[in-house]
Amino acid sequence: MTARIGVVTFPGSLDDRDTQRAIRLAGAEPVALWHKDKDLGQVDAVVLPGGFSYGDYLRAGAISRFSPVMESVIEQAKGGLPVLGICNGFQVLTEAHLLPGAMLGNDHLHFICRDQKLRVENATTAWTGDFRSGQEIHIPLKNMDGRYVADEYTLDKLEAEGRVVFRYLDFNPNGSLRDIAGITNEAGNVVGLMPHPEHAVESLIGTGRTDGLPFFTSILKKLVNA
Amino acid sequence: MARVVVDVMLKPEILDPQGQAVQRALPRLGFEGISDVRQGKRFELEVDGPVDEAALARIHDLAESFLANTVIEDFTVKVEEAAEAVK
Repeated sequence: MTARIGVVTFPGSLDDRDTQRAIRLAGAEPVALWHKDKDLGQVDAVVLPGGFSYGDYLRAGAISRFSPVMESVIEQAKGGLPVLGICNGFQVLTEAHLLPGAMLGNDHLHFICRDQKLRVENATTAWTGDFRSGQEIHIPLKNMDGRYVADEYTLDKLEAEGRVVFRYLDFNPNGSLRDIAGITNEAGNVVGLMPHPEHAVESLIGTGRTDGLPFFTSILKKLVNA
Repeated sequence: MARVVVDVMLKPEILDPQGQAVQRALPRLGFEGISDVRQGKRFELEVDGPVDEAALARIHDLAESFLANTVIEDFTVKVEEAAEAVK
């Protein structure tokens, strides 16, 4: 049986198709989910893709967090459903309080688009099992509101519990505190990151590397072995 | 009809690069002596019916859960006296 991985499309999502394609390349079955659907339709995991849902009005991810589909995602994520939020999806996850902290405008006030080097700090989450802890990867990054912030207590707690999953290497592209590029929840089923693994799954395009593919093979392996 | 104003500001410890950009532009415009600028948001809510305690409590909930993200922002809620006579 093939794992079914839902990809939510909000008004303003941009990378939903790329994410579906990455899931297909990894060998799983992508399932298109619509933001108005309350029913997730028997998916084994959900990805919230990148883009500018609701035009980033109010705050990035703030309006989509209240969409009907998110009611189910929040409820099921708390019950253990694996959820990956990429870029705007990460912003939605912090707005939904499934992940701690918040995302703010880049400290230099510019949109940024570059190939970004990251270190995988935690290779035990549902979405990072196919990496090695300490592995250095390159995946594209493109955002306007990528500055991760949280209070000192939360940052210390994340570090102590190994919940910083990815850190920016060589260059901090947005002023994120402690160079944090991605984090996970306590259970390790919910992961959010700003860079875009779905844009690094084929050697022909993007960075020319496939460093993003292990995200999607990790979850597939986890679901098949579950 | 009455107006309720919700002001939202980044918490003091959160870096506000927009405010800083505004502050840095001030000397170029001839405004001296302003050492810091922080930029916030103002929401003006036109409320149907009386703004009683229950209505204010609901608006407070709305501000806390939606208009502001209390992880990074503080907010205040105040009722604005109608400047023009309400017909």
